[in-house]
Amino acid sequence: MNETIGMFFIIVGLTFDFFGCLGLIRLPDVYNRLQASTKCVTLGTCSILLGLFLFKGFTAAGIKAILCILFIILTAPVSAHALARGAHKSGVKLWGKSVCDKYAEDKGVNS
Amino acid sequence: MRRLRYFIGLIIIILIFGVIIFYPLPSLLEWQSVLLKRCFSILFFCALFCLWRIIKGPTPADRAVAIDILGILVLGFCAILGIPTGRDWYIDIGIAWALQSFISTLALAKYLEGRNFDE
Repeated sequence: MNETIGMFFIIVGLTFDFFGCLGLIRLPDVYNRLQASTKCVTLGTCSILLGLFLFKGFTAAGIKAILCILFIILTAPVSAHALARGAHKSGVKLWGKSVCDKYAEDKGVNS
Repeated sequence: MRRLRYFIGLIIIILIFGVIIFYPLPSLLEWQSVLLKRCFSILFFCALFCLWRIIKGPTPADRAVAIDILGILVLGFCAILGIPTGRDWYIDIGIAWALQSFISTLALAKYLEGRNFDE
C-alpha cells in the first residue's frame, strides 16, 4: 500500500518537472522562464523525495530524503531571487509586452 | 494557425506521456521497477530541454537559470535511482550535488551583477 502511494507521488512530481522544463523552453523572457521553471521544478523534486520516503520508511535513506526536502525548500527561492537580481542589474531587458517593472521604479526613487 | 500549433503540440505531449507510462507492462510481478525505468526516461527528456536552453540561450542569465534547474533535476535522478537498485548511497550523492549547485548558483548571480566578489 505504501509503495502504491509512493508511485503516485513520484508520477505527480515527474509531471511537475516536465511542465517546468517545458516552460523553460517556451516562455519568451529571462524573468518568465525563471518564474515558471524554478517553482515547478522545486515542487516536483520535493514530491519525488516524498515518494522515496514512502518507499523506504524510517530508515537512513528515508530520513536523508526528509532532510533533502527541507534543504531544497530553504535554498531554491534564495538562489532564484539572487539570479533575478543579478539579471536585472546586468542589464537584461524585459519582454516587449511586460506591464510594469517595480524594481526599476524603486531604484529610481531611492537614488 | 497559432491555435492549431498549440493543439498539435499538446497532442504530442500527451502521446509521449501515454506511451511512456501506459504502454503494456511485460509481467505483473515486476511492475514497479519497469515503471520506475520509464519515469527515468521522462527525467531524461527534462534534462535534454535544459541542455538545449544552455546551448541556445541569448543572454548569460538564461544559461545561469538553466544550470540552476539542471542542478535540482540531478537530485531527482539520484532519488529515483535509489529505489529499483536498492542501494542507499545514491541519496548521499544527491545531498552533495544540491549543496554544490546552491553555492555555484550564488557565485554565478554575484558574477552577473558585475562587481567584485568582496563587494
